[in-house]
Amino acid sequence: MAKTDSTPTTEAQEDAAAGARLSTAPAEESEARGQVVPGSFGGVRRPGALGALAWTGREVIGWLRWFWRQLTSMRVALLLLLLLSLATIPGSLIPQTSVDSVKTDTWKEAHKTLTPLYEKLQLFHVYSSVWFSAIYILLFVSLIGCIVPRTWQFVGQLRGRPPKAPRNLTRLPAYTTWRTDTDPEQVLASARKVLRRKRFRTEAGDGSVASEKGYLREVGNLLFHVSLIVMLVAFASAQLWKYEGGKLIVEGDKDGFANTLTQYDDFKSGSLFDTDDLPPFSFKLKGFTGSYERTGPQKGTPRDYAAHITYWERPDGEARDATIKVNEPLEVGGSKVYLQGHGYAPKVTVRDGKGNIAYSGPVASLPLDSNITETTVLKVPDSVDKDGKPLQLGFLGNFVPTLDLRTGSMASVFPALDNPHLVLTAYYGNLGIDSGVPQSVYKLDTKRMKQFKEEGGRKFARALKPGESLTLPNGAGSLKFDGISNWATFQVSHKPADLPALAGAVAAVVGVAGSLFIQRRRVWVRAVRGADGRTVVELAGLGRSESAKVPEELLELAIALQGDAPPVAEEPAEGGAAAEEKAEAKTEAEAAEEKAEQKAEEEAEAVEKPDDATAEEPTRTADPTDSSEGARA
Amino acid sequence: MNIAAAANENMAHTSNVLIYSAMAVYTLAFLAHITEWVFGSRSAVGRTAAAITAEARPAVAVTVRKAGGTAVLERPKVVTRSAPGARDDVPDGPGAAGGSEKGDLYGRIAVSLTVLAFVLHAGGVVTRALSVERAPWGNMYEFSTTFGMCAVGVYLGLLAARKNIRWLGLPLVTTILLDLGLAISVLYTSSDQLVPALRSPWLWIHVSCAILSGAALYVGAVSTLFYRFRDGYELRLAAGKTGPGILEKKLKGLPSDAGLGIRLGVRLQMSWDNMLSRMPSAATLDKFGYRINATVFPLWTFTIIAGAIWAEAAWGRYWGWDPKEVWSFITWVAYASYLHARATAGWKGRKAAYLGLAAFGCYIFNYYGVNFLFGGKHSYSGVE
Ligand code: HEM
Repeated sequence: MAKTDSTPTTEAQEDAAAGARLSTAPAEESEARGQVVPGSFGGVRRPGALGALAWTGREVIGWLRWFWRQLTSMRVALLLLLLLSLATIPGSLIPQTSVDSVKTDTWKEAHKTLTPLYEKLQLFHVYSSVWFSAIYILLFVSLIGCIVPRTWQFVGQLRGRPPKAPRNLTRLPAYTTWRTDTDPEQVLASARKVLRRKRFRTEAGDGSVASEKGYLREVGNLLFHVSLIVMLVAFASAQLWKYEGGKLIVEGDKDGFANTLTQYDDFKSGSLFDTDDLPPFSFKLKGFTGSYERTGPQKGTPRDYAAHITYWERPDGEARDATIKVNEPLEVGGSKVYLQGHGYAPKVTVRDGKGNIAYSGPVASLPLDSNITETTVLKVPDSVDKDGKPLQLGFLGNFVPTLDLRTGSMASVFPALDNPHLVLTAYYGNLGIDSGVPQSVYKLDTKRMKQFKEEGGRKFARALKPGESLTLPNGAGSLKFDGISNWATFQVSHKPADLPALAGAVAAVVGVAGSLFIQRRRVWVRAVRGADGRTVVELAGLGRSESAKVPEELLELAIALQGDAPPVAEEPAEGGAAAEEKAEAKTEAEAAEEKAEQKAEEEAEAVEKPDDATAEEPTRTADPTDSSEGARA
Repeated sequence: MNIAAAANENMAHTSNVLIYSAMAVYTLAFLAHITEWVFGSRSAVGRTAAAITAEARPAVAVTVRKAGGTAVLERPKVVTRSAPGARDDVPDGPGAAGGSEKGDLYGRIAVSLTVLAFVLHAGGVVTRALSVERAPWGNMYEFSTTFGMCAVGVYLGLLAARKNIRWLGLPLVTTILLDLGLAISVLYTSSDQLVPALRSPWLWIHVSCAILSGAALYVGAVSTLFYRFRDGYELRLAAGKTGPGILEKKLKGLPSDAGLGIRLGVRLQMSWDNMLSRMPSAATLDKFGYRINATVFPLWTFTIIAGAIWAEAAWGRYWGWDPKEVWSFITWVAYASYLHARATAGWKGRKAAYLGLAAFGCYIFNYYGVNFLFGGKHSYSGVE
């Protein structure tokens, strides 16, 4: 009995050894150990100050170690990943300043009570908030703490050899056996040859060969996790050293744009970027073309935008022409210039009461809708009335690229310049420009202004076609609608570390594919002379995780090996072949198991006919093409 | 209207007709599948399937490879076994037809009809692409029809690879009908061109990967869902709460004044368990769902990266926390969590399955929710 008792434990140990070091995943702590907080690490506390100090030291180090182990455990990594996905959600529900500051401001206006609370919780910039950063920094600390020891472990595994064959190969997930007349040594020699040809690492043992394959899985997994770190570092440095700014340029504008801080309409840069380092390029907008869908339900949708520019790499450099399209930015001086938006700028000439030109040029106009109906605001501060007294003028209205009065609306019906009109009213008085408060060029502050009236007392308003003029009441002046220019907005941006980020991303894909598609597995071959003088060949395979490939591959190996060790015809009770060898070591349970095996084999024949499938024994064909084994492309 | 435009209009019309025809054939396939399941529930094997499952002995786990035709008689047998104690060794159910020949015939008819519908469906997608002279993924209507096509394609591909996937036929065809119904009624957008930002080779790469990932993840999610159902069934079976005769006895044993609701409940439970008993085992479904999700994860990773490269080209930043980007990221992290969960003690099995389902929920939300609820640069639903 003693033998029966000890056999399972040693076999269990052997089984464990056979599967050991098949991955570098951290040892799984049992559920209980993983969660219970240990009591104390200090141990015995000796009397006296020194004793207390030593105890405290042990206690602190013990806790630190414990904390580190927790942080780098799979359980905490999983929790942090879950937390990360949850923490990402609010940023899609609440408008983010960094994504759309206008929308955020509107939202804040509308939610006066929530705003202070949200601001405290940093919910308007989730992705740079303290709590979001804390989660991903912890995750990456955990990741590094996990990767470093795993890498060492893996190097150790590469140096080591596959573990020797466990005594009882039938206990492994995939197993096959046959008898042959070839000598055991010869069988083992050809087994090594076959395995080597299939790129297994082999290790000869006593009457057996151990082999292992699929180390690339581990490489892939480590590569994937390392490349996550590379990507994070690349993103972080891009944040620190980037700059980006926007600029609106009107077609034909003589000055164009030069890349200096003062020229930008808006500008953002990372905290480590020095604005003196802006590359000194410049460009002008020669022309702009836009085409739009003319028919169908999506009528008016832009089809193609192209900004034709002339640019200079440096002030004294030569001028070059280029076209910037939506998906085709211009690369210059390590920065990229993107085409962002487009609109129309009506060109006007304003004459004052004395007939002098008070303003001439394009007028800032902002699109209101997808058909490019624009609000137009023109402020004329230096104007005089017919008596020569200063009288500031303000024009307010809409520019409409395609006006269709049949619609009864002043809104444009198409984004191209099919029937352009400039619809304006006018104010006089104090524009408030000198009050010291900065003003938007797109807004007219009419608090201290009066609207011009027609003779009948109606509010003054005119709709002008290009070339037409309006005359203000009381001889206050006139405005001529000269024509229309396109304008375009450009974004200039420079992000360092694009290349490392891309390299990290590519490595991540390659790594994770390797990690998920490659199986790490072991195969053992044993050949011993049986009682009848024939050689008993046994093959067994073990994969790291559930895999359909292990039995499949074992079959291929067996077939290859049978070329050198052809099986001899079997007596009917073939299942006993292997069992005979170990009859002494066999427990009752195993004997029962083998019986079941034989029975199952017999019934496997019966299973062929579905109507007979009332078998009592669980039988499942492990045909390599077995449908139940799922998809692993 | 010029000639080319007229031709396109014709083509768009053809596309619509093909999609409608595909729906009609899917409906027939749906009916055939229903018939298959009904025959299966009446068959003797179907009824005893539960018995097989119940009597599976956990420790034996003997699996035998049987050599096929005479030509391969000499091939060695490979015996496989799973870890002792696991429920891995519960055998798969006999399938929807439950061994009934008629049921099987209807099942085959259903699959053939699905193939036919798939061909029509694919024709609809291709003619749509020809009519708009670009990739057919410019708006939600096109996205939905292509998504459905890919899901059916994945299913048929797995069938062709002789995977045990026929059980998926009914749930799949049902959802494809819903998907297409939604597409033609709510999401329909007639042929049109793309806004400039969407015109790029990356459209082909990024969107096709996104659709293909989604379609495969969908198959994975359905497997995971049915794993959860089947797992519950196997546990009930082990606890003696269901199985041949048990529910019938319960029904008979009900007091005569028991309400109709209770009776109906037991009957529903009977049909439900009968259906589940014919499904593959929980272990098989679980593995299957895992393999699909694991196979798609690298592709989804690549999809996001391709999207980032495209965003870099189109908008000057590779990542801007646009709602669509946020939810792709959430989906990705959720699937990473799922993969991690399966490697973490205490999270395998059901908990991991819930994570997998939640992850797919994120994908779906990214598709429907984000397009309708939030604006953002990615809003291309084409639906007002
Ligand atoms: C930064 C976030 C992380 C992401 C996105 C991530 C993602 C993944 C993915 C997708 C896999 C699946 C590959 C496979 O199954 O082989 C995986 C596996 C793995 N990860 Fe992570 N991981 C992260 C962090 C971590 C951390 C912090 C640890 C260490 C505590 C860790 C340890 C592992 C291990 C050991 C495996 C292999 C599991 C196995 O062998 O089945 N990962 N990870």
